[in-house]
This record gives sequence, C-alpha cells and structure tokens, in this order.
Amino acid sequence: MSHAETHSHDHDHDHKPKGFVKRWLMTTNHKDIGTLYLIFSLIMFIFGGALAMIIRLELFQPGLQFVQPDFFNQLTTMHALIMVFGAVMPAFVGFANWMIPIMIGAPDMALPRMNNWSFWILPFAFTMLASTFFMDGGAPAAGWTLYPPLVLQGGHNLAFAVFAIHMLGISSIMGAINVIATIMNMRAPNMGYLKMPLFVWTWLITAFLLIAVMPVFAGAVTMLLTDHYFGTSFFNAAGGGDPVLFQHIFWFFGHPEVYIMILPSFGIISEIIPTFARKPLFGYVSMVYATAGIAFLSFIVWAHHMFSVGMPLGGELFFMYATFLISIPTGVKVFNWVSTMWKGSMTFETPMLFAVAFIILFTIGGFSGLMLAIAPADFQYHDTYFVVAHFHYVLVTGAVFAIIGGVYYWIPKWTGNMYSERLGKIHFWWSVISVNVLFFPQHFLGLAGMPRRIPDYSVQFANWNMWSSIGGFAFGLAQIFFCIIVWRTIKGKGTSKATDRVWEGAKGLEWFIPSPAPHHTFQDGAPVNDEHLAHVSSH
Amino acid sequence: MSQTNTNNDQYYVPHLAKWPIVGSIGMTMTAVGAAIYMNNQFDSPIVMYLGFATLIFMMFGWFGEVIKESESNKYNPQVDASFRMGMIWFIFSEVMFFAGFFGALWYVRNMAVPWLGGEGTGVFTNTELWSGYEGVWPTNGPGNIGGKFELVDPFHLPLINTVLLMASSITLTIAHHALVDGARKKVIGWLIATVVLGATFLFFQVDEYIEAYQHLDLTLKSGIYGSTFFMLTGFHGMHVTLGAIMLTVITIRMMRGHFKPESHFGFEAVAWYWHFVDVVWLGLFIFVYII
Repeated sequence: MSHAETHSHDHDHDHKPKGFVKRWLMTTNHKDIGTLYLIFSLIMFIFGGALAMIIRLELFQPGLQFVQPDFFNQLTTMHALIMVFGAVMPAFVGFANWMIPIMIGAPDMALPRMNNWSFWILPFAFTMLASTFFMDGGAPAAGWTLYPPLVLQGGHNLAFAVFAIHMLGISSIMGAINVIATIMNMRAPNMGYLKMPLFVWTWLITAFLLIAVMPVFAGAVTMLLTDHYFGTSFFNAAGGGDPVLFQHIFWFFGHPEVYIMILPSFGIISEIIPTFARKPLFGYVSMVYATAGIAFLSFIVWAHHMFSVGMPLGGELFFMYATFLISIPTGVKVFNWVSTMWKGSMTFETPMLFAVAFIILFTIGGFSGLMLAIAPADFQYHDTYFVVAHFHYVLVTGAVFAIIGGVYYWIPKWTGNMYSERLGKIHFWWSVISVNVLFFPQHFLGLAGMPRRIPDYSVQFANWNMWSSIGGFAFGLAQIFFCIIVWRTIKGKGTSKATDRVWEGAKGLEWFIPSPAPHHTFQDGAPVNDEHLAHVSSH
Repeated sequence: MSQTNTNNDQYYVPHLAKWPIVGSIGMTMTAVGAAIYMNNQFDSPIVMYLGFATLIFMMFGWFGEVIKESESNKYNPQVDASFRMGMIWFIFSEVMFFAGFFGALWYVRNMAVPWLGGEGTGVFTNTELWSGYEGVWPTNGPGNIGGKFELVDPFHLPLINTVLLMASSITLTIAHHALVDGARKKVIGWLIATVVLGATFLFFQVDEYIEAYQHLDLTLKSGIYGSTFFMLTGFHGMHVTLGAIMLTVITIRMMRGHFKPESHFGFEAVAWYWHFVDVVWLGLFIFVYII
C-alpha cells in the first residue's frame, strides 16, 4: 500500500462521529467506551451510595425510625450488588478501556464492536435489577450473597435478579476476553510483556479471573432459578441437595471476585506512587509474580467465608492456612510501594494522597482480614459489623480510593484540563477523615457483638452507630463534591490546561501523547520509544 | 477510494457498531419476557419470543457484517489472532460454566448425600431429621422428592450417542484436512456428515428424555439426581444444538465459496467449539451415566 492511501484512510477516521447516537450508542472507540463506563460507574456509585445513606439513617439510632425491616434488607442487598457490579467493576473496565491501548501502543481494543456491547448491556441489566424495587415483594433481600433458602422465599424479584446477573456476567466475560486479546495481541512491536505498565499486568490477570469465575456464578444463580421455578433440588436437603452447596459455588466465584475488585487497584497505585516519588517502581517483576500469586491463591481459599457453616475440621484448617498464605504476596506489594517511596523526592498532589491513604487503609483492611481468617476466632466475628468494617476498608478505602486516585491522576489526560488541586485536596481530606469515622467504629461494634444486616440494635451499640452514621453522611457528601470537581474539570471551569506530560515524574506512553488524548492513537502499529516507558527490562 | 477498502496493513477497527444495541434490547426483552412469564405476571411468553427473535436478527446482522468484511480482505493476520483469542477464551468460559455443574454433582455425591446418610458429622442429622435414610447414590433425597425413578441404561442410547459424537469429531477433522488441501466438495460432504451425526445425537437425546419422563419416572424434579442429570445433559444438549447450527452455517458458507485453505478462522472456531461439546459429553458419559 502506498503511503498516500494509508493517509487518506486515516483521515476518514480522525473525526469523531457526529450526533449522540453515533458517537455514544454505536461507538467502537476505546476512549469513548471508557468514558461511558466511567460515567455509568459514577452514576451507580451515587445510586448505591444513596441506598447506603438510608441504611445509615436508619442505624443512626436504635429502634425502627424510617424503614421497615424487609425494606432494610432490600437496601443492604441492592447496595452491595450495585456497588460491586455497577460501580467498582465498571470503573475498572473504564480505566482498562481508556488506558490499556494507550499504555501498550495499540490502536484500539482488539474487538471494538464487542467492546461496545460489553458496555451497553450494563444499563439494561441494572434497569432490570433496580426495577425489582417496585415489584410485589420488592427487591432481593437475602444479601448480595443470595443464600438459599432465604433468597428463594422472596417475591417476583428472583427471576429478574438472576437474569440481570446473567447479563452482567456476559458483559464481564466479553470485557475480559477483550482485555486479554488486546494485551496479548495488540502490543506495539517492541512492547514485551515485562515492559508493560503494572496496571496492564494487573488487568491481564484480573481478566483471567473474570473468565474463570463469572460462568461459575452464572451456573450458581441458574441453580437458584431452577430450584425456585422448576422444582430442582440443588439446595433442598429433602431432595438430597444442600444449601451449603450454594455457598461453596458462590464463594468459589466470590473470593476471586473480591480480587477482581482489588487487583486493578494495585495496578493504579503502582502507576501513581512512582510518578510522585519520582523513582521507578521498586521490584517490578516481583509485583507481577505477587499479582499472579494472589490470583492463584484466590481459587483455593473460598471456604474461609463459611467457617461457621459446619465444615469438616480438615476443611477449616486448609482454608485457614491457605488464606494466611495470601498475606505473603500482598505483603510483597505493600513493601514494594513503601520501598518505592523510600528516599524518593516526593510531592503530594491529590492522586498521591489517595494512593498513600490506600496503602495505609487497605493494609488495615488486610489485617482485619487476617483476623477473620483465623477459623476459631471467626466463630466470634462471623456476620458481625467487624466483617462489614473489614470489607469496607478493602473496598472503599481500597478499591474506591484507588479509583478516585486514578481519576485525579488521568483526568487531565482524558479531558485536557487540570482539575483544581485545591478542591482535590479538600476532597481528599474530607473523604479520608469521614471514611474513618464511618468505618473504624464498626470494628468495635462487631467485636462487641453487633450483627450485620439488621435495622435495629441493642442500645449498647448506640454511640458508635451514631458516629458511624455521621461519618457516613459526611463521606457521602464528599462524593457529591467529587462529582462537582469532575464536572468542573470536564467543563474546564476554574482549571488550567493540562500539559502533555501532566506530572513531572510521569513515565509511560500515555504521557507522550497530547492532552486531551486524540480520538485515535498509535494507529500506525509502529514500535514505541523505549525512552518513554517506565519499565524496560535490562536483560 | 476503492483501494482503501482492501487495505489491510492496518488493524481493522470498524467505524460504527449498530448491532450491539440491538443485541442488548433483544437480550433484555428475552430476560424480562422470561421473568414475567415465569412469575405469572404475564400469561404469555410472547415477549420472550420476540426478544429471542431480536437476538437471532442481531446475530444474522452482526455475523453477516463480519463475514462480509472478512471476505473482502479487511482482516489482516493480527485481526485473525484477536478472533482466535476471543474464541479460545470464550470456550474457556464455557468450560468453567460446566465445571460449576460438575462441581455440584461431585459435591452432592461425595459430601452432601453421605452426610445426610449419617457419615462424618452427620450422625444426628441422620438420626434426628432423616432417620433411616441411607444416603446412597443415585438418590432423590430423604424426602423421596419426585417419587421413585429408574436410571437410564448407559450402554444403550448414551453409548450410541457417544459413538455418534466421537464419529462427528472425526468427520469434522477430515473436513478440516480437506479444506486445507483445497478439496471443497469433499469438505462439504464431510461437513454434512458431521451435521447429520450431530442431529442424530440430538434426536436420540430427545428420545432418551421422553423415555425417562414416560417410562422411568425420571424427571427434572426427581430430587438431586434428576436435577443434576437433566441440568448437565440439558445444557450440553443446548450446546450441541448451537454447535449444529454453527456447523450448518459454515456448511452453507462453504457452498457459497467462502474460506480459503490458508485462512478459515470461522471454520476453525466452529470446529473447536464442536470438539469442546464432544469432550463435555465424554465427561457426562463417564460421571453422569456410567459411574
């Protein structure tokens, strides 16, 4: 092909499609699809957060004030389903869409049409799921873990919830296949595996986890469906089945699922820390192996969620020790981040503040996880607020903080505008203080015996619950403030234009293209400049 | 420029995708239609059928577009590699889906049912709740859910079916070799043989279900045995049906002159899928029917 022809071909592509339908509904552009994912995730975050606000409002004082117990159970269930599948996972897929092709020098995702479908399933699935609030019997109310027999005793919602989960699963699997195909097949010619940014690595491993466990989850909820509607006996002891079977299948999915929500966070943090420490990431290769190690272990620890259900002693011991093993690769990661900062010339812009807070607060969540992993101790902690505190530390101050940090880190590249550093810092301190007021007291509540998923409680728990609610409202408000900051950055209000490099210490391909990133990048399939990469293997 | 259309130096990135949103609408209609029908909120499955029709319409449109692009040489080897990875990982996801059901079968047979029969720590469960229950597979549980039933004889229809599916994998492989050799007529012949074998398998499978329901009293409701038996073989049957449709499509494409000896990913993807359903059947034959 002559050069002129290629050029005119390029020219055709360079303009963004006009009109809402073509630009957003029919898009095949990884950046636009990434934007859709991120906006959708933010909307779901606010929706799921609103449910949490009602929960905290009810728990502000003992006694029943605002909602009925059954509606309270619907709130806790839907809050979790929406936050897990609607907010955190789509946010990471949004990051993947935006950043992975740029980071590896690819023209787009490997399967662009399927990429569009992965996204456009989500709004439909969540509309279906949320519509159950308005049905006879209301929304699912058995907790996000959907344990039978309780979940089978609800109203009309089961079929809707199950089908919504099927659709989310299809979306996630297609998204994960796309990520794997992109990373394995679309890297620029000189982009070896061990030159890839850690965010790309963590997503590659996350994608394997997704493909391995989402179908298992789909199978589990299908069994719920047939037990409820078609008379099968999977979870019915009278028919030779076992409700505990569901817990095993669910957690075989569920435990890798929690790593699906944290591994990309590790990737984002591993991008942010070196930039603001102005040092290369310490122990890059060990980070890759640690991520793979965590992913492997995630498949053999699931029953630590079920210590109190009645398992053979051998099972209790195996799952307890296997769980302890996870602290080794996770420790490698935490020490690597700390070593990256050691003697670095550090500055504390908003992304770095969130990243540092992530390391400290996620580690707290990790330690409470180790406490819960001790089988005999778990008999005390199981299904108490201690568990709630634990997973909110890893998911809110872990995953969500990484997402927010990632947004501050890359939003100048996405929009071409620098966010307001002053507002960003206010948002950080407001969030980090309120989130600890919100979740730290829940450790005490749990250790004192307050069970989770209840609308009313003994008066001895009143003080800490009030503190927790105050922290909750403040944290919720802080995220409305975050929406305003994002909006102002997109609109360029009170902000400055971002430079291409954005951050002085930033390395990686995304910092060597213009800000905002052009609609199409790396279309020529040419080798990328090694000088621009953060990790170039020396052997 | 006419020549730009055949430019495949670059990785082909389609401009606009109109089919995904059609697919989402179809999927949602199918799901909502099924849900309201199952809940008796609506007394006709029409919405589900319409949704399903929309999905089929989407597949015709979407795959048609891809086939057209492929036949006009828009795809370079790198695009081909993406498709390959997509199919491999899709099949892996299917493997995991079946693994969930096989896992359930393994768990109830080796854990749940023996515990109900008093093994391990289940002594009091057995004596207090299900006194006299022996916990031996096959079972419909201590509650005798679905009533007495008999088993399908593995060495009658299932054995024939095993032979049929194994043979279909061989005929498909012969067709593949013929395609690489450029012997198109031979390919079509062996493909038709494969489809016929697959269809015969499905016919016998339906026959077996009818026999189970009418003569053996073995139904989906026959406790845990019926549940695992029909869900595993049923999902497998659905996959064989899908695979047979895919085989039919590539047979028609062969007749229309599609595929080249050196490049025929569509053919290979279907072949991989067919071998996959074949392997799943072997698992079923051993773990569901024989053991």
